[in-house]
Amino acid sequence: MNAPVRTANPKNFISGATGDWEVVIGMEIHAQVASESKLFSGASTAFGGEPNDHVSMVDAAMPGMLPVINEECVRQAVRTGLGLNAEIHKRSVFARKNYFYPDLPQGYQISQYDQPIVGEGIVTVEVGPDNKGQFEEISIGVERLHLEQDAGKSLHDQHPTMSYVDLNRSGVALMEIVSKPDLRSSEEARAYLTKVRTILRYLGTSDADMDKGNLRADINVSVRRPGEPLGTRCEIKNVNSIRFAGQAIEYEARRQIAVLEDGGSISQETRLFDPSRGETRSMRSKEEAHDYRYFPDPDLLPLEFDDAYVEALKADLPELPDEKRQRFQSDFGLSAYDANVLVSDREIAHFFEALARGRDGKQAANWIINDLLGALNKAGKPIEASPVSAHQLGELLDLQKEGVISGKIAKDVFEIVFTEGGSPREIVETRGLKQVTDTGAIEKVVDEIIAANPDKVEQAKSKPTMIGWFVGQVMKASGGKAAPQAVNDLLKAKLGIE
Amino acid sequence: MTELTALTIAELRDTLGRRQASAVEVAEAYVAAIEAANPSLNAYVAVTPDKALDMARASDARIAAGEARPLEGVPLGIKDLFATEGVHTQAASHILDGFKPGYESTVTANLWADGAVMLGKLNMDEFAMGSSNETSYYGPVVSPWRSEGSNAKIVPGGSSGGSASAVAAHLCAGATATDTGGSIRQPAAFTGTVGIKPTYGRCSRWGTVAFASSLDQAGPIARTVRDAAIMLKSMASVDPKDTTSADLPVPDYEQSIGETVKGLKIGIPREYRVEGMPEEIEKLWQQGIDWYRQAGAEIVDISLPHTKYALPAYYIVAPAEASSNLARYDGVRYGLRVECDDIIDMYEKTRAAGFGREVKRRILIGTYVLSAGYYDAYYVRAQKVRTLIKRDFELAFEAGVDAILTPATPSSAFGIGAMADADPVEMYLNDIFTVTVNMAGLPGLAVPAGLDSSGLPLGLQLIGRPFDEQTLFRVGQVIEDAAGSFAAPKWW
Amino acid sequence: MSVDIQTVKRVAHLARVRVTDDEAKSFQSEINAILGFVDQLNEVDVSGVETMTSVLPMAMRKRADAITDGAKAEAVVANAPATEDNFFLVPKVVE
Repeated sequence: MNAPVRTANPKNFISGATGDWEVVIGMEIHAQVASESKLFSGASTAFGGEPNDHVSMVDAAMPGMLPVINEECVRQAVRTGLGLNAEIHKRSVFARKNYFYPDLPQGYQISQYDQPIVGEGIVTVEVGPDNKGQFEEISIGVERLHLEQDAGKSLHDQHPTMSYVDLNRSGVALMEIVSKPDLRSSEEARAYLTKVRTILRYLGTSDADMDKGNLRADINVSVRRPGEPLGTRCEIKNVNSIRFAGQAIEYEARRQIAVLEDGGSISQETRLFDPSRGETRSMRSKEEAHDYRYFPDPDLLPLEFDDAYVEALKADLPELPDEKRQRFQSDFGLSAYDANVLVSDREIAHFFEALARGRDGKQAANWIINDLLGALNKAGKPIEASPVSAHQLGELLDLQKEGVISGKIAKDVFEIVFTEGGSPREIVETRGLKQVTDTGAIEKVVDEIIAANPDKVEQAKSKPTMIGWFVGQVMKASGGKAAPQAVNDLLKAKLGIE
Repeated sequence: MTELTALTIAELRDTLGRRQASAVEVAEAYVAAIEAANPSLNAYVAVTPDKALDMARASDARIAAGEARPLEGVPLGIKDLFATEGVHTQAASHILDGFKPGYESTVTANLWADGAVMLGKLNMDEFAMGSSNETSYYGPVVSPWRSEGSNAKIVPGGSSGGSASAVAAHLCAGATATDTGGSIRQPAAFTGTVGIKPTYGRCSRWGTVAFASSLDQAGPIARTVRDAAIMLKSMASVDPKDTTSADLPVPDYEQSIGETVKGLKIGIPREYRVEGMPEEIEKLWQQGIDWYRQAGAEIVDISLPHTKYALPAYYIVAPAEASSNLARYDGVRYGLRVECDDIIDMYEKTRAAGFGREVKRRILIGTYVLSAGYYDAYYVRAQKVRTLIKRDFELAFEAGVDAILTPATPSSAFGIGAMADADPVEMYLNDIFTVTVNMAGLPGLAVPAGLDSSGLPLGLQLIGRPFDEQTLFRVGQVIEDAAGSFAAPKWW
Repeated sequence: MSVDIQTVKRVAHLARVRVTDDEAKSFQSEINAILGFVDQLNEVDVSGVETMTSVLPMAMRKRADAITDGAKAEAVVANAPATEDNFFLVPKVVE
């Protein structure tokens, strides 16, 4: 057992009936490697497919079939290891994990055991923001990353007495990323899972799509009194959403605390999270003494590569979220909050970079975070499917900067582009949304408003902030098109403010 | 003209090439011989006469067109361990009941690509586990050999007992076989035939039912050293489908036959002089040494100190790998299934009914030595001992030894059923001289060298450097030249 | 080392081979004979000796990432004892 490297932070403690408890969490993330074909066979990894259609004789474990490793999967595992700041093992060994299950045709899973391809690493995780908009930065240790085969799928609801077995996923390459027991709250766990997913997507080593089951987590949860040795852990298997991960941990931690406070003890076991009830439950029915009888797979030779191979992959890595965040903060003067939001998704970061090029970075960040992401969220669309491109939004920002439209009009034009599409410049032109800078025309409106509100004029003399009310009235009367600065100047002069 | 089935592969090649017989005539002669003999010998578990005649007709067309390939029209028997597309492939086990693969093993595909003709599938010990061919689901194979003055049935050895018996009884011109601990060389020695287990990685394992992956190697059993060389040339290949297949060109082995052995160093390992070794074996070995001396080779005494540990280490490594390799026989995707309402019952009853006793015993041993708490004590230790065994050989070869001469077996063949009540270890001792070679991945050749006092064949074994099968054929020919060939008197 | 009858049964279950009590008994004596035989390995000094992972020094060949196989569901299930719509059928697994 590894000694946890993180010291306890009392703010994460859970108070029980008899005092504080600390929850200790470790995670095994299974990410499907982005590859065309399987880890040891030439069959497709495509999602779905007709039953047993993405299956070779190797995947079906026909007699005499042999595995041959896919070089792309090796490359992706090494790149992921580099992205996790981890030690790359130039020699690793594939081992067989032996057990019987209908969706495991070989009767063993080819995995890596005591000699994985990637060793210890570190993931920096931003937890938050808290109610002050602040993020806490924590470092979570990675124990190892190894390559292994996915299993097939059993369907239990097709027939009263039979299960149906489809091997399409059998042999698809997975990376198992094992964290150290460094996580101390469900929030940290969610942030860690999110961060690893982001790193995988930046690297392009996994599409990390949890809806397709391409990213799943087994979560080890235990509780202890602060400062005491680790408690007995339970493993929550196959959690397939970040939200569920949080719920499962919360439930499980409180369940364990309740058991212990009642004088009971925790038995080490595997549990399943039931999202419909928000509970974890024991998989006792399948609980049998496991003895996987790992041994090196004699069909495969040790996996070896040299420094040059690793160096070349390192040189070719894309900019990762941590570096990008720092660059966004230093180059564009963004706040930590804004930079964090923007780098949380590679596509958002790309959008930002396209938008901010030659423009004001803070303004670009505000538009994306406050307007675009909000609108996308409401429309249920990812940024890749944004109806407003970086080019279109850029045009809008330019129009505003050039003084052609006001900020208020800019929001309106954004709505139009978002729902109807089109060029902001043309929309402004054809719909007559240009800002009125003609002082004569504005003065006329100002005069009308002053004339119609003598009482307010009187008030403004003693209370200069009343000017805001007049600006509002003028803008309203001009349909928002009056240049705000001109309105302000005229009003000040005419009301005798300052 | 001699009977067509009496011709060696080399002779057949000439006969067919000169159009003194057609491939169809040869195939027909073999099919007739099999039909007549198989009820007595039980060498074949499936005969494919239609396929044989079709392939022979294609060979005749090739020969007529002047496009004959190296094995054109040569009828071969195939051990039941090799996947043959659409044809019975069951590793002589009940658990593969009815299995007909949709693919062809690389080794057999290579043979067919070189023009060979398939006669059928040969009996063997179930999953290649056995040294007497008595563990087959299809019943024991009978050797064409009998002790002088006796009608008692004799084992052909195993696990390639069907291959050895068929070659010895002229039921095929040559046969494929496999060798995990001695399964080519021991039956070859028992039946007066020639068998070579090539270097690990020389023949692809793709499409061959696995027993112990780090030890299994395919090779031929044939009537002469030359025939074995011809066959191995066709069987061996570099196979992208087998990661453990060696990325080295396949030499023309036949060319090295007849080259002088003058000046070659032949090593004699003192550790092979085991306690209780029959005098006849001792004599045979000495005879071999004398032949080499006469041929101008230099005889050097060598030491392979870890020899005695090879067999115990083998009986950890091989069952461990087998226990995992045989996990796929679960009644789900092919073969036998005992229907049950519960999945675990289905697995357990299917495997109980499908595997024979010897196979079950090895699965249990293998499962045990890999299980929690025993892995290091057994498996890891055995794999370390294996490193030491291999190093022994490396040191001998580094000292300039070209080939190592040993007896092939500690005795001649025994009667069917003679070992029925023996401790399993006694049966395992049959492989005492051959198993070291598998543990070190080296090539080993068994050549008939004489008969024992009851008229049963005895063989000598030659062990070579990795991928130096050429030297083995060259050196092996010396024994064949000196000892002559041995044929069982026909009784079947 | 030697095994008792419970161990034989546990191992048989782990290996998914049903054994009767009588079979377990005879396997026990055979397995113990073999374990007795392999015990001689304890005589060997293996300290500092590398565990063999491949019998001959070779670099593992890798294949390019391309779809070269599959799309043959009928052939995959052709030998199966029970199938429907190209699924393999097994007695219901309760999770």
